[in-house]
Amino acid sequence: MEHLQSVNDLVIRFANVNGTGSASANNMFAKAIFRMGIPVSPKNIFPSNIQGLPTWYEVRVNENGYLGRRDGIDVVVCVNPQSMRRDVDAVKPGGFFIYDSSKRLHPEFMRDNIHYIGIPMTELTMQHYNDPRQRQLFKNVIYVGALSALLDIEMEVLHGIINDQFRTKEKLIGPNLKALDLGFQYAKNHYDCPLDVRLERRDKVGDCILIDGNTACGLGAVYGGATVAPWYPITPSTSLVDAFEKYARKFRIDPQTKKKRYAVIQAEDELAAMGMVIGASWNGARAFTATSGPGLSLMSEFLGLAYFAEIPVVLINVQRGGPSTGMPTRTQQPDILSAAYASHGDTRHVLLFPSNPKECFEHTASALDLANRLQTPVIVMSDLDLGMNDHMSPPLTWDDSRTYDQGKVLSADDLEQIEQFGRYLDVDGDGIPYRTLPGTHPTKGAYFTRGTSKDEYARYTEVGDAYVRNVDRLMKKFRTASQLVPAPEFYQKKNQSKHGIIFFGTTTYSALEALDLLKEQGIEIDALRITAYPFHETISAFIEQHEKVFVVEQNRDGQMRTLLINELEISPKKLTPILNYDGMPITAQRIEQLILESFPEEKMEIAAIKGLN
Amino acid sequence: MTYIKPKFRHPELPKNDIGYVKSDYEGAISTLCAGCGHDSISAAIVQACFELSIEPHRLAKLSGIGCSSKTPTYFLSNSHGFNSVHGRMPSIATGANMANRDLIYLGVSGDGDSASIGMGQFVHAIRRNVNMVYIVMNNGCYGLTKGQNSATTDAGATSKAGGINNYPAIDLVGLALELEATFVGRSFSGDKNQLVPLIKAAISHPGFALLDVVSPCVTFNNKPESTKSYDYVRAHLEATATIDYVPEKEEITVSYEPGMSAMVEMHDGSVIQLHKLAPNWDPCDRFSAVRRLQTAKAKGEVLTGLLYIDQNSRDMHNLEQTVDKPLNSLREEELCPGSGVLARVNADFR
Ligand SMILES: Cc1ncc(C[n+]2csc(CCOP(=O)(O)OP(=O)(O)O)c2C)c(N)n1
Ligand code: SF4
Ligand SMILES: [Mg+2]
Repeated sequence: MEHLQSVNDLVIRFANVNGTGSASANNMFAKAIFRMGIPVSPKNIFPSNIQGLPTWYEVRVNENGYLGRRDGIDVVVCVNPQSMRRDVDAVKPGGFFIYDSSKRLHPEFMRDNIHYIGIPMTELTMQHYNDPRQRQLFKNVIYVGALSALLDIEMEVLHGIINDQFRTKEKLIGPNLKALDLGFQYAKNHYDCPLDVRLERRDKVGDCILIDGNTACGLGAVYGGATVAPWYPITPSTSLVDAFEKYARKFRIDPQTKKKRYAVIQAEDELAAMGMVIGASWNGARAFTATSGPGLSLMSEFLGLAYFAEIPVVLINVQRGGPSTGMPTRTQQPDILSAAYASHGDTRHVLLFPSNPKECFEHTASALDLANRLQTPVIVMSDLDLGMNDHMSPPLTWDDSRTYDQGKVLSADDLEQIEQFGRYLDVDGDGIPYRTLPGTHPTKGAYFTRGTSKDEYARYTEVGDAYVRNVDRLMKKFRTASQLVPAPEFYQKKNQSKHGIIFFGTTTYSALEALDLLKEQGIEIDALRITAYPFHETISAFIEQHEKVFVVEQNRDGQMRTLLINELEISPKKLTPILNYDGMPITAQRIEQLILESFPEEKMEIAAIKGLN
Repeated sequence: MTYIKPKFRHPELPKNDIGYVKSDYEGAISTLCAGCGHDSISAAIVQACFELSIEPHRLAKLSGIGCSSKTPTYFLSNSHGFNSVHGRMPSIATGANMANRDLIYLGVSGDGDSASIGMGQFVHAIRRNVNMVYIVMNNGCYGLTKGQNSATTDAGATSKAGGINNYPAIDLVGLALELEATFVGRSFSGDKNQLVPLIKAAISHPGFALLDVVSPCVTFNNKPESTKSYDYVRAHLEATATIDYVPEKEEITVSYEPGMSAMVEMHDGSVIQLHKLAPNWDPCDRFSAVRRLQTAKAKGEVLTGLLYIDQNSRDMHNLEQTVDKPLNSLREEELCPGSGVLARVNADFR
């Protein structure tokens, strides 16, 4: 039988039942590896269900720091008989299948090319715990204990995590440690530990943190000064507002009065959530909301109003599989076009594409500045994978000298100085007009905000020329936006290749890994990561400079590719889509394979040049 | 901030307490049909704000879409206005109010705007007790889109286009009472004596104040048999009481026979004086208001006046426990926890 061997390079899948408390044990496992200094990337694969259905937790461990999803599972920990068929089949030949051996494994699950490791998890809990709920919970901790022996996870590290986790519930520390030990001892006494697939302490995570994108966005909104957060619950964005509220409750309570310096309002629907953001921003507060696909659709009319009436809006769209209710608990990047052009009429919206939690934090905070500066919606395009899974990320940082940009807001004194206030006058030539807030001055600066067409002085008009002047100025403002949004990231100082690749958001991990895989085969490709729309001018230059450009994304229709073609007037032939839309994050192997398939002859050619044939 | 208005005014025009004349509260010339009820309501708003000596810039006026929602252009031109989208003014007003609790919010809507497309938002603004005046200019039809039936059209009525309305009318006042709105009034655009004090009381009320104002559409729904027509309302108007609004500093001079009048003290010290009270009705008792409303409905009467007021109203800021300072005035030092705290947050994720 094949025998897998590796140190700090494995994928392990936990097969659990939703609602059985497995999440915290699984997190403990991932965190332990992280604390051993080894890069780790866990992913929750969960159903749209509260209790009872299968749920998986897949952890990739890779000391080279590749954090994208990888195919091929080295180790499965199966505590869910429901999904056993799939889980047995998922193990790579030579891999390990760890299961609850309290009951004998049915012969139909026996494969002759994988290793079986039985741990009598249920039996152990029955022997050592009385309370049924505890039995269920500690079963999870027992397998973590067993893994500690099997994979060589340092026990002190696990103890440290338990101590941290139950700092405030000390009673629970003892029973947890006991469960760890039960699993550890059983594995130690019955199997050759560690296995040949194992871990070893390294120093490869530096000062990184392990955090999910939604928490980082929520913190970004606190740091960015958001005070009004209306929202409507929807997976996968809910935990973002939860995080905002949690940290606001911690850091935003007036010390004297104990009153809140923020308002989180659970709206009646996403229309109302967006309406409240618009009302609050119109009135000078920093406001944001978070949603996912269906909510974005509902907010569409209002996004058009904010665009046309020029009101700051910050929306964090944590994308999930569409269309309609789609795959609500799976990841995709399917809202690029519907966000960029949300609402009827000629509209376009500023989009930011964070690719790790640190950027989630920064993009959210700067979206609040940008939206105020530009007086228009700014949509942060996260996704389920980024938002709901822990990612290894550089630590979040904040410059204390940073001030909030309120944009072009006139004070009462400013109003005294100017001849006549024109709400939609392009005074500075950048397309961005000045605004006033209600309550500023008794006789100057009042104007009427409307979704209908207006002239420079906010007066209703149906005169064609005035309409055209206005919408052309909006276009000019949009061009200004391209200078203010974060610049794209290039991964080479100078172009090396006639081929280029473009990616953004969560496809970044796998795209970068794929580039390394291709490089090993002598194929060099220049890379660019899009961080924002409107597109920076360097993006069209990059495309022009390359014969063929791959665009990696997670939707069926190649929406980013379409947006590039539409906005930059690029020949569609030039952009080759590299897609994945099954609801799981794209893998490096898939990108590599699709790229190789797309130019077999060239591959030969390049390889020949490099003398690698 | 308070500014002295530098404009020259005719010395003879009456001024209010802060030195403004009535025209300071007016707006652009109306483009509604001559005789439209909505214009009379605009005039009542101007009068109420003038009499209350409101600084126009301390009030924000908001609306949805419809003939009714156009009216904010026709009053208070020194106030910021927001003509939003159809049926969604309540959410805009809620957000605006959350941002700055120090301004007065005046929302204007239509029966289509509030009872159909915007019913969800209307109901939830009531539920949250957003501190605002919410005026529905109720004409029982869609004026702006040329006369279709609305959700407040009488059952069995025929629209101008000939369609028969098979469905019962929604009574926004009854609904608001059911939702435990904290201030519920109904009036008629043609009854300025009642409407002006009602608006003043509504402005003073610390919470959501609904005024359902019957406002005939002379173009599409003014047939005498329509309960939203001038003729019908004049013939069937039944008031819970006549109403006076007395600001705090004024002495109450008029006195009425005992049993025939009531005084409701507002949180700011002002007083609503009611007289010629309807029997079996107490403005602070929601049950009696519901009963009175149902009785009137059964008789085909249009019951008007202040129907219910909750003197212990707690508005949304109160319920949310937000700070007293407007949220839009908070700055970095009050909002940003700083890099030291962030370092500790980072440590929690290692
Ligand atoms: C989303 C949307 N749907 C439809 C319309 C068209 N529309 C404009 S006003 C209106 C009805 C207005 O009726 P009401 O609120 O009663 O106001 P009125 O004109 O009667 O005062 C409709 C349906 C719109 N503006 N927006
Ligand atoms: S159509 Fe009716 S509601 Fe509209 S302005 Fe004319 S009278 Fe008023
Ligand atoms: Mg109407």
